[in-house]
Amino acid sequence: MKISVSLTVNGKPVAAEVEARTLLVQFLRENLELTGTHVGCDTAQCGACTILVDGKAVKSCNMLAVQAQGADVTTIEGLAPNGDLHPMQEAFRRHHGLQCGFCTPGMVLTAVGLAAQNANPSEAQIREALDGNFCRCTGYHNIVKAVKSGIEEMA
Amino acid sequence: MTDTTVREKSTTAKSNPAAKPTGPIGQRLERKEDRRFLTGAGQYTDDVKLAHQSYAYFLRSPHAHARIKSIGTKAAASSPGVLGVFTGNDLPATVGGLPCGWLITGTDGKPMKEPKHPLLAQGKVRHVGDQVAMVVAESLEQARTAAQRIDVDYEPLPAVVDVRDALKKGAPAVHDEVPDNTCYVWALGDKGAVDAAFAKAAHVTTLDFVNNRLIPNAIEPRACNAAYNRADESYLLYVSNQNPHVERLLMTAFVLGLPEHKVRVISPDVGGGFGSKIFLYAEETVCVLASKQVGRPIKWTADRSESFVSDAHGRDHVTKAELALDKDGKFLAMRVQTRAAMGAYLSTFASCVPTILYATLLAGQYTTPAIHCEVTAVFTNTAPVDAYRGAGRPEATYVVERLVATAATEMKIAQDEIRRRNFIRTFPYQTPVALQYDIGDYDACLNGAMELADVPGFPQRKTEAARRRKLRGLGYASYIEACGLAPSNVAGALGARAGLFEAGEVRVHPTGKVTVFTGSHSNGQGHETTFSQVVADRLGIAVDDVDVVHGDTGRIPFGMGTYGSRSLSVGGTAIMKAVDKIVAKGRKIAAHLMEASDADVEFVNGKFTVKGTDKNVPFAQVALTAYVPHNYPLDKLEPGLDETAFYDPTNFTYPAGTHICEVEIDPETGETKIVNFTAVDDFGNIVNPMIVEGQVHGGVAQGIGQALLEGCVYDRESGQLLTGSYMDYAMPRAADLPNFQVDTRVTPCTHNPLGVKGCGEAGAIGAPAAVINAVCDALGVKDIEMPATTERVWRAIRSNANRAA
Repeated sequence: MKISVSLTVNGKPVAAEVEARTLLVQFLRENLELTGTHVGCDTAQCGACTILVDGKAVKSCNMLAVQAQGADVTTIEGLAPNGDLHPMQEAFRRHHGLQCGFCTPGMVLTAVGLAAQNANPSEAQIREALDGNFCRCTGYHNIVKAVKSGIEEMA
Repeated sequence: MTDTTVREKSTTAKSNPAAKPTGPIGQRLERKEDRRFLTGAGQYTDDVKLAHQSYAYFLRSPHAHARIKSIGTKAAASSPGVLGVFTGNDLPATVGGLPCGWLITGTDGKPMKEPKHPLLAQGKVRHVGDQVAMVVAESLEQARTAAQRIDVDYEPLPAVVDVRDALKKGAPAVHDEVPDNTCYVWALGDKGAVDAAFAKAAHVTTLDFVNNRLIPNAIEPRACNAAYNRADESYLLYVSNQNPHVERLLMTAFVLGLPEHKVRVISPDVGGGFGSKIFLYAEETVCVLASKQVGRPIKWTADRSESFVSDAHGRDHVTKAELALDKDGKFLAMRVQTRAAMGAYLSTFASCVPTILYATLLAGQYTTPAIHCEVTAVFTNTAPVDAYRGAGRPEATYVVERLVATAATEMKIAQDEIRRRNFIRTFPYQTPVALQYDIGDYDACLNGAMELADVPGFPQRKTEAARRRKLRGLGYASYIEACGLAPSNVAGALGARAGLFEAGEVRVHPTGKVTVFTGSHSNGQGHETTFSQVVADRLGIAVDDVDVVHGDTGRIPFGMGTYGSRSLSVGGTAIMKAVDKIVAKGRKIAAHLMEASDADVEFVNGKFTVKGTDKNVPFAQVALTAYVPHNYPLDKLEPGLDETAFYDPTNFTYPAGTHICEVEIDPETGETKIVNFTAVDDFGNIVNPMIVEGQVHGGVAQGIGQALLEGCVYDRESGQLLTGSYMDYAMPRAADLPNFQVDTRVTPCTHNPLGVKGCGEAGAIGAPAAVINAVCDALGVKDIEMPATTERVWRAIRSNANRAA
């Protein structure tokens, strides 16, 4: 059964008819071809698919596309629309907070979501906030540094 | 210029850490690849969508071991959207099994047992997740739905998943043709000398332990997309892989019998590999085969659940290790017996991991004069086991450094002191286990690590922790690894069925911009940046004027890929050799332009200069002249400026270092916190310190994961994988890990022009022993099994308390 859904993605209105079972991440990757949002697991553990829904960091594998009806969605492609890097992206680059890049979009958006909730998180709070995002490359050391620096820059 | 000149330059720049590098080599440059990864512009295999795309789903075995009595595919084939259903019965007779790339010859002089590894199960399934059938459909949902309509009649058979069980008399045979489940028994070293040394030893330390099975878990699951083009009868394969040329060679020549030049393999951005994407797997091979028959591109991407059961796993050794010492703590001999799991089939490099990459490293950093190691490789009803970050070398380091730490405790010698009494200090050093170390300074790394870890302050911290009713422990691991794989002739003599050189092409464009084509690959290690730094440094041009292309058999001459910390030392050297050729040709062009003799022209800071004059032409002008050869020695020199080089190393490289771990344990709960982790490593010269530090962080994180969190568990009765998801397999999360203190010491490698050794695996090699040594120190126990989970630590404390009471 197809259901119509309309939402805003990266500042642009989007409307589509989708199978009811379509996950939001599938909708983003397959329908909209926004492949910056990645899929790393099937149990909502890895966080590679994290996006912002109305400013909150959300795992887009754990939400149906139709649940995003009317929502304002930001994916990694929409974080810096005019070509300059967002301060969080810049911080990840400066602090070498990424290696293979696969977990990176989810990490960056989780960090941006954290910034909205806590403008001055401690290292422990940052590590806690990254609990739902796996990185197999960096050992998190530089990610934690990048998130701290990025949130400071965003203030 | 010659290699020597380059070596001198790099050495001068890096041997003194205080000296600021003048060229790009040694600079902490931000990575060129980061912008695309940070903006969602990276392109991983699953991001590729081809015209008329179709999708594959693999039906896998739910049993660890079963006979397939029949497979009914009729209902599946007539399901909506289905384009094809393939089983082991449908494979053409000309199609071979997946090959193993390394032949081990046993102590009996016979070759290892190599039972067929079919692309799709034929007659039997041998592990949970063994691929039984592939369905191709218009959509993934249709393929998955149809697969559920395949009717497989299984007759379950007894399974064996633990090497100890598999070697018992009467154990179920994984393969009928290998009734004792023994792939090979192999040995290295002088047994007579070892036994004699043990007979006169003042002290013998003995340990029995398991090196736990790990699941690599690159965050990007394996994926492929295969297309057949009937216009020129060629194939295009996108695959998440570490070495596309090897993938193509094995697939075309050994399995499918396709013409190699008609298959192009592209491995685009790869979301981590850690060894698990070196290998040729069944899935991409079947997709290539079926793409012609279906007449549509076929895409397959593993679910994480599939990755758990079908990616090659790592480690899984059961070992008895003994160290003989004299009364002063001098090592006299080491004796090691290891039973290593191969899993149900031999994966691409499975056989060399517990042998060539393991037993040869048992000398560690020490002068132990006699070493003997016997390895029994065992088939089990599990996913295949193959190289995972470090591959054999973490297992060797674990043996050596657990023995050394335990011996020190037993003989009441300080941990640093026992190491100092046994360090190798004269180079080159020939070990009793086949390797010749070219250079190293083990005292420098040990001293550096002790200083950075504030070892003198440890007793005070331990007392302070005790006041809070916490247990503190300190653990050392002084590891060595053999990297820069590998000298082809040595590898060939040891059983390798492939060369292990690397290729590089340097294409100078008419404007002086440069594209480098490397046969290595990047799975996140930042080669686009590091290799650009090397080339820009040598040519005296901007780093941004160099682009690096990797992962495409259609664009790159040849390549052996990324593994074994080889990319810079072998791949980077191939590029340097090509750059040398560019400079040599450029000198001739410049000499012609300046009307000087070739011998009088030197290349410095991006300019060709007539020695002793101010006459010069910049590199870009020489490049333009090569492509617009109006004033050019056409009678002596071809136009163009594009050179290729192949480099085969003359020895392995030997990165080494000391890692020190400090833990604090809550005796009430068993919770173990790493309060400090220090790594001081010698990787030779360093091109980009920021990238090197990142590699160490990541390696250490995987090593800590092995020591405290990660462990693949199969049910010993049913053979079911019990740790088959991220809810059961404990991946290290941000809050599980500390900040790391890392530093380096430099003894430049003596046999490559950059003086580099490799840094990708060090962390995973040193960390497990350092962590477990720290936990044992804190608890006052001889051993604890990895992963030392909170529960295991709590039980160890309880049994200690019971013993004390």
